[in-house]
Amino acid sequence: MKLHRYIPMTPQNEADMLAVVGASSIEDLFKDIPAAVRYQGTLPMSEMLDEYALTRHMGQLAGRNADTDRYTSFLGAGIYDHHVPSVINHVISRSEFYTAYTPYQPEISQGELQAIFEFQSYICELTGMAVANASMYDGATALAEAASLAASATGRTKIVAFSTIHPEARAVVRSYARGLNLEVVEVAYGDGVTDISALAEVLDDQTAAVLVQSPNFFGGIEGIRAAADLAHEKGALLVVSTNPISLGLLEAPGKLGADIVVGDAQPLGISMSLGGPTCGFFAVSQAQMRRMPGRIVGQTKDRDGKRGFVLTLQTREQHIRRDKATSNICSNQALLALSASVYMSIMGKQGMIDVADLNIQKAHYAAQKLSSVAGLKLTFQSPFFNEFVITLPEGTSAAELNLKLLEQGVIGGYDLGLSYPELSGHMLFAVTEKRTKSEIDQLATQLEASL
Amino acid sequence: MINETVTTTNTDTPSTATASNELIGAVIKEKALIFELSQPGRVGYSLPECDVPRVETSSVIPQEMLRSESAALPEVYEVDVIRHYTELSRLNFGVDNGFYPLGSCTMKYNPKINEDVARYAGFAKIHPYQPETSIQGALEMLHTLQNDLAALTGMDAVTLQPAAGAHGEWTGLMMIRAYHEKRGEHRTKVIVPDSSHGTNPASATVAGFQTITIPSNEKGLVDLEALRAAVGPDTAALMLTNPNTLGLFEEQITKIAQVVHEAGGLLYYDGANSNAIMGITRPGDMGFDVVHLNLHKTMSTPHGGGGPGAGPVGVKNKLLPFLPEPVVEKKEDGSYTLRSGSPDSIGRVKAYYGNFGILVRAYTYIRTYGPEGLRRVSECAVLNANYMMHRLKDHYIMPYDNVCKHEFVMSGKGLKQYGVRTLDVAKRLLDFGYHPPTVYFPLNVEECIMIEPTETESKETLDAFIDTMIQIANEAKETPELVINAPYTTVVKRLDEATAARKPVLNCACS
Repeated sequence: MKLHRYIPMTPQNEADMLAVVGASSIEDLFKDIPAAVRYQGTLPMSEMLDEYALTRHMGQLAGRNADTDRYTSFLGAGIYDHHVPSVINHVISRSEFYTAYTPYQPEISQGELQAIFEFQSYICELTGMAVANASMYDGATALAEAASLAASATGRTKIVAFSTIHPEARAVVRSYARGLNLEVVEVAYGDGVTDISALAEVLDDQTAAVLVQSPNFFGGIEGIRAAADLAHEKGALLVVSTNPISLGLLEAPGKLGADIVVGDAQPLGISMSLGGPTCGFFAVSQAQMRRMPGRIVGQTKDRDGKRGFVLTLQTREQHIRRDKATSNICSNQALLALSASVYMSIMGKQGMIDVADLNIQKAHYAAQKLSSVAGLKLTFQSPFFNEFVITLPEGTSAAELNLKLLEQGVIGGYDLGLSYPELSGHMLFAVTEKRTKSEIDQLATQLEASL
Repeated sequence: MINETVTTTNTDTPSTATASNELIGAVIKEKALIFELSQPGRVGYSLPECDVPRVETSSVIPQEMLRSESAALPEVYEVDVIRHYTELSRLNFGVDNGFYPLGSCTMKYNPKINEDVARYAGFAKIHPYQPETSIQGALEMLHTLQNDLAALTGMDAVTLQPAAGAHGEWTGLMMIRAYHEKRGEHRTKVIVPDSSHGTNPASATVAGFQTITIPSNEKGLVDLEALRAAVGPDTAALMLTNPNTLGLFEEQITKIAQVVHEAGGLLYYDGANSNAIMGITRPGDMGFDVVHLNLHKTMSTPHGGGGPGAGPVGVKNKLLPFLPEPVVEKKEDGSYTLRSGSPDSIGRVKAYYGNFGILVRAYTYIRTYGPEGLRRVSECAVLNANYMMHRLKDHYIMPYDNVCKHEFVMSGKGLKQYGVRTLDVAKRLLDFGYHPPTVYFPLNVEECIMIEPTETESKETLDAFIDTMIQIANEAKETPELVINAPYTTVVKRLDEATAARKPVLNCACS
């Protein structure tokens, strides 16, 4: 028998324990499994490696990926290359946090519960909403759950989605809508943002929700207040998906009439990790509090009158309501919500303003710089946050251009033709606080040389 | 970091097993919220300089789109932040703090190498939309993991995209729905046993199905007659956990599969309890058509205080066309690619490619053990559970005292005569430094206590816990108030959950 570093069972333990159980072998403990379904032989899986060989193997796999320690990235499109303060990894590496389960036993989970309560508080502050939950899988599923909430709140079945919403988030909304038998109608975009007149055309009294993303997939800032007014006129809810880091400077959606605000907290100190795990956030107006999906932490008192925190409003949830629950979600992204909380704690009131400002400054400089390269132009003229679209010269392949940039140590922009066929030959560039003037200038030079 | 403004008079002594409520007049210390530490003008951040020519913000973004007042976030410096969260961590209990026999959650040790590896820049600092040529190592890892999980479960293909178990359930049910629809069949019902996880019926609802719950038989297993009576031309699927939530293997699984398949339905395997069967039996061989695994349970990825997890889904060939997009494939030239565009796909279930960072950890875990090691994991998990069940059966009621798999349930109803409930037993365990087992689940066992030791706990740990459980059973008889008023040693006493739900205070309302 091979001994293993995570398994303490010695041959003596095994013999002693089997004697207590009254079994002659471990095999005896599996006698209730019919022979017909017993697996014979060794599973055809990857072989065991010792710890050193495993670190080498994983290092080799990792080494074949172009990471942002070695490459300069101008890629965003929903996942952003922001600076992650050192403090965050130290906090989320505390194993009291990361090796715990959902805080079902509040007396020994006050740390996690308070951390989630603070996360909810942060999200409410940023979004301008009354209540927030403990987090969702990601921004895309949070948006889909928002559509579901709106349908149940209004008793209506039509979801109106701006086509400037992240293509993958729209796809996830469509998948959930199919399950819930909801119809999804998309609104065409104009100059990089949505014309409110186009929204008016598709709204009707069967519309449960209008879904808006701002800053949108092109980086553009949508007219949230006008959309909210129109939606409310028809009795629909307004759902805003937003980039939390933009809210250091952009108006809180809650102040503009949003009923539900969701988004992905990845920009708040969460590593890109090929797109996951990230952390969705979900905030609503007071009226929708008891329809929220997911875990919620509330403040209360213990028997001595001391402040404490518990999971609350659980009668919404699957473990109580089963098929009548507001959602099937059972987990949340607690550890990444903690990352986001630590990020917001470190940044604080002024840091959140400053980082949003740096993104705006550097992105606008980059937009001006790139559009001054012969053959390139800024596609849309509407206001944007830290991303913008560039029109490439006729016949230029964005994919090939990106391969040329990669050879020069640069991860280029997103090829918009992949999700908007009419925007083939257009690239979406993201510029965060990490990019320097010289990196931006160099990108312009490299693009000029590559065209 | 004590909030000096909120103090009350008395607290109880820390208690050992024999201690009672003795007042020592200590000041109750409340942990401050991070917001309460704020001092105007303090900063904790360091950002790059603005090295580009500045533009006036309102000249590029209209004033009405800008914040009218800044968010009321705290103003603290880095030391505040570290001390605050370090102190919070000390108010929390994880697997690294001690035994955590939370049934159905598989709270095994979370290996440290997994944490290191997931933080390698080549995994943590890569973007989902980079050119495929620049993420070949990541795609190879995903492809290998897909194959490994398919082999482990006996399925033909695996999608790694679902973010959690419940998300995997919904993904699997959407594929089942698409499968029936493609065949022109309108099947609207999903059958679950009364011992099933709450997520099963909830996922069925979100996938557009109605749930039929069937009772278990006296052995705690699926009642075949009840199942036969429940299936019909409207049956889309049966969802089953095997071993089930009582820790019992469904011995009649092949007959169950036959009944469902003959009715035209499919079999869904809730993989929450996979830690019992690795290398011993496979859902695919039992007749299941769809399987989800909880990598945060079986594959040791940390639970993170509630997430992130990962819930990959395996399917048999007949469901291949319906897999969510994209799928990781190996091309003839040996390179890896992400393929989308299958016309019958259920579409996207999550942005990007699943919880990649969790998948890296799970793959590392699989390579730590290999197939023989994983089999040993299940063997030891099952022996540990049986050992505990046998040592506790004279002290607690065992509704099903035959052989169990990786977990077992017992009932605390024998203590009710002393006025002690299962919840009280759970709270008393806190005073001994344990995380309590799962309580009041599954619903078909009165005053249920569900214990899952996992393979990573030693006999000494199990013995000490068992002795404590026996002691608490004795306390319940002799000094029931001691149990009913527990815990004594925790940072807070039992909390008023009713008021929390009736008058919700869900944020600090700082602004």
